[in-house]
Amino acid sequence: MAPYDLSSLAGTIANALVFGAIGFGFGFALELGGFGDTRKLAAQFYLKDMTVLKVMFTAIVVAAVLVAGATGFGWLDMSRVWVNPTYLWPGIVGGLIMGVGFVLGGFCPGTTLVATATLKIDGMVFLLGALIGVWLFGETVGSYEAFFISSNMGRFTLPEWLGLPVGVTVLLVVVMALLLFWGGELAEQVFGRGRAWAEVSLRPSRPLMLVGSGLLLASVVVMARGQPTPAQKFDLLGPEARRPLEERGAFVHPAEVVALKNDINVQVNILDLRDEHDFNLFHLGGARRVDPAALLQAGQLKDLLALPGSAVTFLVGTGEAQAVATWKELKAQGVGNLYVIEGGIDNWLELYPAPSCVAERVASNDGGPAGWRFAYATGDNLPSAWPELQSSRSFRSPCQVAVSTAEGHEGGHGGVAWPTYQYTRKVKLKSKAAVKGGCG
Amino acid sequence: MATSKEPRPYANPYLAGTLLGVVLFLSFYTTGGGLGASAALSHIQTGVLDWFAPAHVDRTAYFAEMAGGSRNPWDYTGIYMLVGALVGGLVSGLINRRVKLELRKGPNISTPMRVVFALLGGAIMGYGARLARGCTSGQALSGGAVLSVGSWAFALSIFAAGYAMAWFVRRLWN
Repeated sequence: MAPYDLSSLAGTIANALVFGAIGFGFGFALELGGFGDTRKLAAQFYLKDMTVLKVMFTAIVVAAVLVAGATGFGWLDMSRVWVNPTYLWPGIVGGLIMGVGFVLGGFCPGTTLVATATLKIDGMVFLLGALIGVWLFGETVGSYEAFFISSNMGRFTLPEWLGLPVGVTVLLVVVMALLLFWGGELAEQVFGRGRAWAEVSLRPSRPLMLVGSGLLLASVVVMARGQPTPAQKFDLLGPEARRPLEERGAFVHPAEVVALKNDINVQVNILDLRDEHDFNLFHLGGARRVDPAALLQAGQLKDLLALPGSAVTFLVGTGEAQAVATWKELKAQGVGNLYVIEGGIDNWLELYPAPSCVAERVASNDGGPAGWRFAYATGDNLPSAWPELQSSRSFRSPCQVAVSTAEGHEGGHGGVAWPTYQYTRKVKLKSKAAVKGGCG
Repeated sequence: MATSKEPRPYANPYLAGTLLGVVLFLSFYTTGGGLGASAALSHIQTGVLDWFAPAHVDRTAYFAEMAGGSRNPWDYTGIYMLVGALVGGLVSGLINRRVKLELRKGPNISTPMRVVFALLGGAIMGYGARLARGCTSGQALSGGAVLSVGSWAFALSIFAAGYAMAWFVRRLWN
C-alpha cells in the first residue's frame, strides 16, 4: 500500500527524479494559475482578483478528497503519510508574520520560484529576501526556543478536533470552500470590475459550477465509503503485513522478554489485554492493563506512536488470540516494534510457574489448552512476574512444603529457580522511517 | 528569451487549482509527504552558510540540525522538488510566452521601492515560514489537504494578516 519508501525502493537517483517530477508539476500548476505575477497575487488582498484563494483552496480540497478517498478504498496508508504537526501558536504567529510579508513583497516562497523561473526581477529579489529571512530565523530562534516548541499538539486533525468522521469533515471543508469561491466571485465583480452591489450577478461562474458539482459528488462518495476500521485496514495491507504472524516472527519467547527487561538499552513496554480480574490474579512485572478498544483511540495510540526506536511493546493475553487481534489493529495504525508474547500468560506460567499452592493448572472448559486457577490475587508479587530479578530466585515460597522445580536450583529457603530457556531472538528494534513533508 | 508574441492569458483558477491538487495528491501518494519550498530554501541557505562559516553552523542549533558536523544540507529531497518547480514554472512560462526579463509592480510605486519591498517582504516571509514550520505550500496547502488543525489555523492567519495590512500599504499595489 502506498506511500512508498522511495529511497530504499528505487535508489537515490530515482528518488531525486520522483521529487523533481512532483516539483515540476508543482511549478507548472503555479505558473499556469498566474502565481508568477505579483500583481495577481497582491490583488487578492484588495478583493479585485481572487485567483490565489481559488487556486489554493481548490488544490487543498481536491487533494483532501483524493487523499480521503484513497485511504477509504485502502490504496493509501494514512499512518505513513506526513501530517504537519500542530504547534498552534508558533503557527499562528508565523502565519500573521507571513501575511504581512505577503502583502509587502507580493509573493510567497513557492510562488517566488515560478516568478524567478519566468525571469521576473521582483521574484528573484523576493527569493533573495526569503533566503535572508530563513537565515535570520536560524540565527535568532535560539533566543525564544521555548515559544518555538510551545503548544505542540502533535498530529492533530480536523476530524479529531470536531469529533466527526473523516468523510463528513471533507464534505464540510468542500462546502466551505465552494461558498468561499462564490463569495470571491461576487467580490471580484464589485472590486475588480467596479459593479455596484445591486448589479452583482449571484450566479456562480460555469467553471465553479463544474468543479463544485464534481467535488461535492466525489466527497459524498468518499463520505459514503467511510474509512476502514483498523482490522479492515490490516487486511488491506497485503501479504507482507501478515508474514510476521504466519512465520511467527511477531511472537516472542518469554525468555527473550525476560532478557530484554534486563537490557538497560531497551525500554520494555508490556500491555496486558486481559480483564481486570485476571490481571489482578497475576500479571507480569511492569505490565500495564489496557482495554484493547481504548488502545485504538487517539490518546493511547499517540503515546504508542510516540515511543522511541529503542522501545519495544509486547502484547499479552491469556493465550494468543486477543493479542494477535490487537497486534493487527495496532500494526495497521503504524505502531512499530510491536510483538506478541508467545502463548500468553498461560504459557508464561508454564515456563515460570507460580508456587503450586497459589496457582494450579486446570483444563479449560472447552477442552482447550490448560489455564491456571489462582487461590488469591497475586498481582505482580510472585517471582514469576519478575523472573529477571535476582531476588526472585531467593523468593520464599508461601507454600508449606517448599518446592524446588528444576535444575539450577540455588538453594536456601525453598527458593525457586528456572531453567535457562533457549529461544530464537525475534525482536529487531527499528526506528521509524521518518516521513517528512517538503516544509517539515 | 523574450518573444514578440503576446503572452497567453492565465488558465482558469479552478483548473489550475485542480491540477495543483492532483499533483499534491500524487506527492502524498508516492512520497508520503506534501509539497514545499521554504524548507528547501532553509537547507540551501544553511548549505551556503556552511561554506563560509562551518564553525558558526555547528554552534547554532537550528543550522547544526541540517549541516552540523558531517551532515550534508544539500542531501535533501526538498531541493530536488525546488529545482523541479523552477523547471516546471519555466516550461509553463515558455509554453504560454510568459518568460520575459521584467519587473512587476503596482502602478504608483517606483522600481527601487518595489525592489526594497520585495526584499523586505521576502525576508519577513522567510522568517515567518520557518517560525510556522512551513510556508504557504508546505503548511497551508499540504497540511490543509490532510486536515491538520495547525495548518488551517496557519492558513487563516496568513489571510487575516494580509487583509488587515492591505489597507495600510495600498499605495504599493494600487
